[in-house]
Amino acid sequence: METQFKILGILILMAPLVSAILSAMLGRPLLRSRTHWMVIIGVGLSFVCSLLMFGLLNPDVSSPVITIYDWIATGATQNLQTQFSVNFHIDSLTTVMLVTVTLVSLLVIIYSRDYMRHEHQPDRGYERFFAFLSLFVFSMCTLVLAGNFLLLYLGWEAVGLCSYLLIGFYYPKPEAAAAAKKAFLVNRVGDLGFGLGILLIYLRCGHLDYDYVFGPGLIQLKGYETAVALLLFCGAVGKSAQLPLHVWLPDAMEGPTPVSALIHAATMVTAGVYMVARCGAIFARSEPAMMVVATTGAVTAIFAATIALAQYDLKRILAYSTISQLGYMFLGLGVFAADAAVFHLFTHAFFKALLFLGAGSVMHAMGGIIDLRQLGGLRKFLPWTFVTFVIGSAALAGLPPFAGFYSKDLILVQAINTAPVLGWMAVATAVVTAFYTFRILFLAFCGPTRVPMEVRPHESGIWMLIPMFVLSLGALGAGFLFQHRFSEYLHLVQERFASLHHERFSHEFVAVMSTVLTALGIGMAFIFYIQRPNWADRTRVLAGPIYTLLQRKYYVDELYDLLFVRPLRYLGRICFGVDCYVVDGMIWLVTGIPRLIGWTLRTLQKGALQGYGLTMALGLGILLLFVWFTQP
Amino acid sequence: MEHWILTIVIFLPLVGAISILLREDRNQSDIAWAALGWSLLTLVAAIWTVFLFLGTDAASHGGFALEQTVSWIGKTDSTSSLLGRLKISYHVGVDGISLALLLLTSLLSPIAIAASFSGIRARLREYYALLLILQTAMSGVFCSLDLLLFYVFFEFTLIPLYFIIGIWGGPLRQKAAMKFFVYTLSGSVLTFTGIVYLVYYLHSRQPAGSVITFDLPQLYQLAHECGIPASLQWWLFVAFAAGFAVKVPLFPLHTWLPLAHTEAPTAGSVILAGILLKLGTYGFLRLSIPLLSEAARQLAPTMAVLAIMGILYGALTAWVQTDVKKLVAYSSVSHLGFCILGMFSLKMAGLSGSVLYMVNHGLSTGALFLMVGMIYERYHTRQIDAIGGLARPMPWLAFFLIFFTLSSIGLPGLNGFVGEFLVLFGTALSPTTYDGFPVGQLGFSYAAVAAIGIILGAVYMLWMCQRVLFGPLKEPPRTPDLSATRSKDLNRREIAILVPIAMACLWIGLVPRSLQNSIEPSIRTNIMQASMGNSAGEDNSCPDLSDSDCDSISIDLNSGADQ
Repeated sequence: METQFKILGILILMAPLVSAILSAMLGRPLLRSRTHWMVIIGVGLSFVCSLLMFGLLNPDVSSPVITIYDWIATGATQNLQTQFSVNFHIDSLTTVMLVTVTLVSLLVIIYSRDYMRHEHQPDRGYERFFAFLSLFVFSMCTLVLAGNFLLLYLGWEAVGLCSYLLIGFYYPKPEAAAAAKKAFLVNRVGDLGFGLGILLIYLRCGHLDYDYVFGPGLIQLKGYETAVALLLFCGAVGKSAQLPLHVWLPDAMEGPTPVSALIHAATMVTAGVYMVARCGAIFARSEPAMMVVATTGAVTAIFAATIALAQYDLKRILAYSTISQLGYMFLGLGVFAADAAVFHLFTHAFFKALLFLGAGSVMHAMGGIIDLRQLGGLRKFLPWTFVTFVIGSAALAGLPPFAGFYSKDLILVQAINTAPVLGWMAVATAVVTAFYTFRILFLAFCGPTRVPMEVRPHESGIWMLIPMFVLSLGALGAGFLFQHRFSEYLHLVQERFASLHHERFSHEFVAVMSTVLTALGIGMAFIFYIQRPNWADRTRVLAGPIYTLLQRKYYVDELYDLLFVRPLRYLGRICFGVDCYVVDGMIWLVTGIPRLIGWTLRTLQKGALQGYGLTMALGLGILLLFVWFTQP
Repeated sequence: MEHWILTIVIFLPLVGAISILLREDRNQSDIAWAALGWSLLTLVAAIWTVFLFLGTDAASHGGFALEQTVSWIGKTDSTSSLLGRLKISYHVGVDGISLALLLLTSLLSPIAIAASFSGIRARLREYYALLLILQTAMSGVFCSLDLLLFYVFFEFTLIPLYFIIGIWGGPLRQKAAMKFFVYTLSGSVLTFTGIVYLVYYLHSRQPAGSVITFDLPQLYQLAHECGIPASLQWWLFVAFAAGFAVKVPLFPLHTWLPLAHTEAPTAGSVILAGILLKLGTYGFLRLSIPLLSEAARQLAPTMAVLAIMGILYGALTAWVQTDVKKLVAYSSVSHLGFCILGMFSLKMAGLSGSVLYMVNHGLSTGALFLMVGMIYERYHTRQIDAIGGLARPMPWLAFFLIFFTLSSIGLPGLNGFVGEFLVLFGTALSPTTYDGFPVGQLGFSYAAVAAIGIILGAVYMLWMCQRVLFGPLKEPPRTPDLSATRSKDLNRREIAILVPIAMACLWIGLVPRSLQNSIEPSIRTNIMQASMGNSAGEDNSCPDLSDSDCDSISIDLNSGADQ
């Protein structure tokens, strides 16, 4: 059993890594426009192995730990782990994540074959794109498979690197380069907390292996759970773009659309959710930490959803929607519904990737246009994209029987019953979500045809449509099929689930209520954007400052610039000034002392007779006085 | 047993330098290739040294190996006169720490030579001879086990570099060379005073007529036996620190560094950042901490605060630089702060992290200076504002610049991370008794503040990458002298220079154990046990073990009574 898992784990990691290296090396000289095959095979193999692992794993027995090799030594001898190894921790959460990640990756890579076709020219980076994507799959699988915090950190940073490289894929565009840097740096801020959290775990437990930390180590962590949990959560906030570190994700849409679908919607950004779910044993022991997680999630959910109302960039709306949905997941984690959160992660991967691929299909058809004001009536030109987009929107809005409904519902029930205020915020978010989702659909696909003259929209090819169809199936059925099996399979830490669960609001009530509210949101969107298009404009004028506030994304970017970037830059200038004048000046001052002495001595003997005479007379005088006074 | 191998590694470049200086009839490219040949030969010898070292006891149990001792100053037969009692010898030997740095020296020197092929056009014989002499001096420092020998090599590094900066440097080369020379010399004069006084003091505590030894292992022993009083240790520590801190450079004694770096030719910068700065940290590690352990412990917070100030200050200053080379130079100030911080955690994790950090910084910053040089050769400018979008015409340059940037900002999987991580670990672990070493003075808060430096490190490096590599292509206006090379991607020679460094970065990042395995025993015996005496390590060990020790002792007593 263990050897099987070992082989599968190594294959899952090595297949994409090898294909990344090979396509980077052979891509340009040999494969040219066929680079995608290398990566499809690699990631496909990884997907098959993930499925096998999923099939082989018995979720009821304790999870095996598989050590590959020893990595870093700490030189400690007693009570501490002396070395950190590269090891895998394989349980149900791992396999679920692996299957999700590799499946969506495979589909997105197949989709990219056509989407990135215009990058075929020698210097445009077709092979670079596929090499990076494959490297990303490797990194993400490392993150998920890791059996200790250090390897988790490696995967964590490596996915961040891939994200950096792929956001900056169109690097000649200054916005893309700036967005890439911003993503890396904002993540680094979160990672500071994450790293310190890991350090604190090591200080208390002396181990970084999950097996130890979540087992005997929990006693050693006593009294520090809140600190550790909050520090770890910093990392999750950065990676999963929650308040206040959400600013990088909308900008990350500068990357190619398949990247947005895969990395910035379906997989990488959910790493924070995965990590908190993984460390559930620590989080669950700290009431305040859970409160912080839940509050951050709920506030981010409504915050991002309201911003999405006032945006026109199709991909940015979807990005804010991702932030909002991730907020739901954290809310779920914070109210002890980790299984519901991971379930939502699972369904969200399908419908959000689907929506992004749909947006990509629109961009593909429209020659890169993505502003909702320039789109309209695309239903006629892109029938298949339209159908899949409707499915994706319904799933995002949470209409039964689409996938999003089941997972969101589970979170809402738990939230309303444990933390009512946050729960009702989440319900309100659901209305807003329905509204902005169908706003996109109505504006872009329905209504009168609004297409710039020079553009001739056309439906995408089969390579792009098939992945979208597969994802549509997921967005349709994943919720209904797995709603009951999921939490049984996962066995996440929910020790206090039962005690907290006094049902004020039944499952059925919440389901009906949220469906009605969602329908309300959709209806409003229908009225605003189909029936009475001028209402939308009128509301915009009426709302005035609020609308501007939303459109400018609550001025968070400006605020950060004012609070952090500029002061630090000024501080840097001051430091440099100090360096040039004060520190260096002091050094010259010190060297000035010998110079001063030299100068004084030199003036005494520059060859002028008067000077010598004067000195001689003075010397003689002093000598005489000395003799005079010392006479007995 | 006498081993010649270290002597060969140290003096082979010197032989090469002499042979280059003597042959006047060679043409220019022959001189360069001859220098590279000698230096590569030394690299082979250094790798051979590694294999020899791994075959000795010292590789797994610590202590020095491959030693060679030849009496140098002082007659051995008479002990009556002062000169007769003086025992100064040519004593070389390596442990895991110095071997790592020796290997780094031997790797970076041929790279620095190969990097000069296109940049240096005048007075080649002198230039390459000086580079080779510099290599001898640097290898000598890392191998010396005699204090006077150490000091001689330590000071001798100044002379070749002074000329390299002063003759082949940029427009302000004279000033830079002068500043560099005076700064470091005035510091190390104090170090010399300290060395002499230390030796004198230890001698004065010995019975009359005993030898005055400069031998390092013997001094470790003597320092432990005599017990230098804390107040004296304090003064000696300051005197030692004066020389070493300037070299490191520790804030606020760093102002020579940016100027020297920007004015030095590429090879000079590579050697300066890659190896010469490590002489300072190596000095702290080899002399200050083991010989003056009490002062090191007491002054650890001071040193750590200075180091952290350097980390943050260097990073912030690097961020506002407009000259790429100056940016990398200030980044060194920031990085070496981590090195000092880890060292003064006085914990195994911190110390071994610090040694790895020395090697890592040598690799990644050395490579960054090489790349800055490559950009400069193409555009004759280093101003960040003047260039941009180079990734499109030069994908190889972009690849390597991003690679070494990532290595420098500590991406896990590359070398920088391992050192950084261990340094922070050691710092946070400092007040514990986990690993058998006595309690240090630093703590989690030090690590937390220093970690901010990691964010800032990413800020300025990525900012530089974004400006130089990405965005629309921006090049300085065409002038006749640089139209040939501009926007040409790296050539084979340049790639061949960078690939070995990149391989080393990956290797250390993925399998740091291979280095740590020989570094850790050396730290245990040569740094920690030298400072505590051979038994002190067990006194401070974990209380859990002492119980069982007591049990076994009492059993022994009982069995003795029975008989």
